Order: sequence, then structure tokens, then C-alpha cells
Amino acid sequence: MISIWFFIGIALLVDGVLIFSAGMYELWHPPVHPVVLFSLHAPIWWGGLLAVIGAIYCLKFKPKGS
Amino acid sequence: MAGRDMTAWVAGLSFLSANLGALELMGWAGSAYQYGILATHWYWIGAIPAMLFLALVMMPFYYISKTHSVPGYLKLRFGEPARAVSAVSFGFMTVLMSGVNMFAMAKVLQIVLGWDINVSIWLSAGTVAVYVALGGLRSAIFNEVLQFFLIWAGVLLIPILGLHEAGGWSNLKIQIAHRTSEQYVHLWSGLGSFTGNPMGIHWTGIVFGLAAVISMGYWTTDFLVVQRILAAKDIRSAEMAPIIGAGFKMMVPFIVILPGLLGLAVLPMKLVPESVATVTGAHSYNDVLPLMLARYCGPGLLGLGITALIAGFMSGMAGNVTAFTTVWTYDIYRPLINSKGTDHHYVNMGRWTTVIGVLISVGTAYLVMQFASIMDYVQALFSFFIAPLFGTVVLGMLWKRATGPGGFWGLLLGTASSISMWAWVKVDPSALRYVAMSPHAKALAQDMYQALWSFLVCVIVTVVVSLVTKPKTDSELNGLVYGLTAVPSIGNVPIYQKPHFWAGVVVVIFFALNVYFW
Repeated sequence: MISIWFFIGIALLVDGVLIFSAGMYELWHPPVHPVVLFSLHAPIWWGGLLAVIGAIYCLKFKPKGS
Repeated sequence: MAGRDMTAWVAGLSFLSANLGALELMGWAGSAYQYGILATHWYWIGAIPAMLFLALVMMPFYYISKTHSVPGYLKLRFGEPARAVSAVSFGFMTVLMSGVNMFAMAKVLQIVLGWDINVSIWLSAGTVAVYVALGGLRSAIFNEVLQFFLIWAGVLLIPILGLHEAGGWSNLKIQIAHRTSEQYVHLWSGLGSFTGNPMGIHWTGIVFGLAAVISMGYWTTDFLVVQRILAAKDIRSAEMAPIIGAGFKMMVPFIVILPGLLGLAVLPMKLVPESVATVTGAHSYNDVLPLMLARYCGPGLLGLGITALIAGFMSGMAGNVTAFTTVWTYDIYRPLINSKGTDHHYVNMGRWTTVIGVLISVGTAYLVMQFASIMDYVQALFSFFIAPLFGTVVLGMLWKRATGPGGFWGLLLGTASSISMWAWVKVDPSALRYVAMSPHAKALAQDMYQALWSFLVCVIVTVVVSLVTKPKTDSELNGLVYGLTAVPSIGNVPIYQKPHFWAGVVVVIFFALNVYFW
């Protein structure tokens, strides 16, 4: 059976990559109405952190071949 | 129903996240804006002692007990009449609770996407009907653990960025005191009198109404949460699961209460009660979490935050609609209305009940708009249904002299007294001085005292009626009463694997947090 932690890893990895990408895009194309504390570029480091945690979970709990 | 194969961690996180829907996220953020840090009591003294009590005292009993649902237990312990009363009140509670989740989800769609609230409510209803049709409890458990991580990933950024904007906890307290009053940031120091805190409550309401009655009742008898633990693979995992849940529960205020407090300090507009907002079009207390999300999060992060919120609402709605379907079909319809139907008939009845449950929930979603905030509504429901039920269940489990007629009349009159007190204050607001012991009490304070009085009514009636009626024999009560049931032991394990050790760790952290935020 595939571990639930593997699915959690996938969810965090995918979300992290998407958020990180959105943050990078905003870095080069700043929005007209930026959110408060835009200068901290939270999507980049938060998305990156989620992606790293997700990748660790994916590797640690990946399904083993029969 | 799920089998017993969950590890302590999965069961514990599922147990916690079964209670991390709209109620927790948007409701308590709104209540933190409305009542300040006092809302944290519902996470600490209003949860931790009860969760540890469940783990160390109730869980071993539940795990080997003859039944796995409260109506089922009441039938074996007190007979059919008490079971019927609890089934009807539980049915009411589930659809009323489903409605509040639906309302909260519609609110998020309205704030973030700008959709009309009516369209949003019906869209939420359609989505949950499909969701319930596709999954059972097992999928719900896995979904909840998944959702738990999404919620933390999506919402954790608000307190981090909010504290940065406010300049740290000390500066946040100064700003809140400046814009409201200093009592918004103290947990206990304002509870010596009814007028010294924003909720208009005395410490007796928090300790006896919340911690001893509502919280104990919710965490030990609400099988929407308890059944998650019963899916644990062995008795040690079943005891550890609520303790793991308690450890995380103490951290939840960081993502739920803190955004509400930050809203008090940094939001430019003043939020108002929902009942006022529906008339004026202003933002209500309930909007504080989505407003804070939109304040700090650009498209990517906002998407994750909204997904996390909607996942929370969906599981809250689905859990309640599924419970309503089960209670109506197997606890009300089959025993009381049609006991001769085929299995196919009951399955069809269950399907139709799901649709009807969703439609009733739509109606109750509109009912929430009449209250100042989501939590004022939810805690009123708890005082109606959970407080008296706890009295009946705890007497049934711990006192072998309690009889069937005692359980029935105690539960019926306890529930009736709570609803009557609420109606009395609704009709004559000056009655608040008797029900909540102070004319200054806010809705949440009234709910706590209502719960305490209805619990006492239930216990007194049960004891008096039991003493004049014939009790069951000891052999009939085996597996139903604590002292007459052989409770299993977890065996010989190292100290770091013992539930009591980890419960001790949780207690130390619990006291430290309360003293720090005194």
C-alpha cells in the first residue's frame, strides 16, 4: 500500500513549486497593486521551503517495488 | 467504517483535523477579533485537559466497549427512549453544524472571488453532495490528514508576516491595547470580574462551563472525532493518538487566534457583527482570516490558502452530512418508523437523506447570518446538545446505579432547559443577568453558563429519577460501566513509549503557555 505521507509529500512539492514559480514571476514582473510586505518575496522562500519538505517526504516514503 | 489499522500519528492528526474545519479557522479568527486572546481558552483549557482525559481514562474503555457510537451506547445502557432523544438531538446538531461550514465556505468565495453569497452557498451545497457521494470514512480520514498539512502550509504565513508587520509580539500587544483595550491580550487576568474582559465572562464560566462541561463533552462523546481514534491499530496507539492531537492543538492558536489579533492591530477598517454586516455591507468578524490572507498573499500563496480553507469546509460539511445520514437512517428511521425494510431500501433512504441533509444545511447556512459571529452560533449549539449529553453519558459510564428512566429524563430535560434559557434571553434580553450571571455577558459567555446549568439539570434529574427506579444488574452492565469492565493495559513498554509520559509533557507545556499569556 502506498503511504499517505508520500501523497502529502507530492502535495507539498507540487504546491511549493507552483508558489515558488509564481514568486519568481512576480520578481521580474511586479504586480500593479502589490500585497503588503511584497518586498519580503514570501512566495519565493515559502514555496521553496514547502518544495524541499515535500521532496524529502516523497523520497523517504516513496513506494517500494514488490 | 474504517478498519483498525491506523498508526497513532495518522489517527491523532485525523482526530485533530476532524475538528479543523470552518469552525476552527474562520470562526476562531473572527472570535479572536471579537473577544481578543480569550478565544485561546477554547484551544488550551477548553481542549487539552479533555483530550488527555479521553486518552488516559476513556479511550481504553471505548476501545473494548460494546459499542462505537453514542446513540448505540445509550441504547445498551439506558434503553430505547434515551437513545431516541440523543439521535434526534444529534441529527439536529449535524445539519446545523453542516450549515455553518457551508456558510463559511460561501463567505470565502464571496470575499476572494467577489461572488454573490447566495450563489456561493448553493455552489458549496452541490460540491459537498458530490464529495459525500464519492467517499466513505476511510477516505475522509486520509483526506483530513492531507488537508491538515495543506492548512498549515497555506495559513502559517499569515502570523509570520503579520508579526513582522506589527513589529513582534510586544509591539502587537501595544497596538491592540491602543486600538481596543489592554484586556484583549490577557488570558486570565481580566477574568476576576464580569466587566474586566471583552467577553463579559467570569473565570467560573471558563473553568466550569467550558473546560468541565462543553470541552469534556465535545472531546469525549462527539463520535465525529472519537471514531477517528477507534480506527487506531492497537490500544497504545489509541491512547497516544489524542495526546499527539493535544500537542498539535496547543499550537493551532498560532494560525487561528493570532491572525484575528493581528487583524485588530493592522486592518484599516473596523469589522462588525455578521448580523450588522448583512444590513450595512461592511466586513464582519467572520471575514478577518480571508482578509488577512488577501493582505499578505499574492496569487500563488492565496491559491494555497483558499484551497486549504475550502478543504477544511468540505471535510466539515461532509463529516456532518454523513453523520446526519447515518443517524437518520439507522438511529431514527429504522428503529422508530420502518423496521421491516430491506437493505436496499435503507441504502436508498441513506442516499436521499444525504440530498435532504444538504438542502436543510442550506437553510441553516442562512440562520448563521442572524448571529454576531460563527462561534457565537456554534457554541450555542454545543450548549444545547453536547452539555446535557455529556451529563448522561458520564453518569452512565461511571455510576452503575443510573437507570434507563433516569438517563431519558435527564437528557430530555437537560436539553430542553438549555434551549429554554437561550429562548428566554432571546425574548427578554434582561434575563441575561440570571442565565449568564451578568447583564454584561456577551453571547459566548452566555453559551458557557447555559451549558453548565443544562449539565447540572441533566445530572440532578438523572440522579433523582435513578434513585427511585430499578437499576440493572452488574452482569447486564459489563462492558458498559467503567468499574464493571476489565480495561486493557498497554503492557510493558519503555517510558518514552508510555502515553502517561507524553501526557505529562503536554501538561507542562500547557501550564507554561497559560502562565506566559496570563
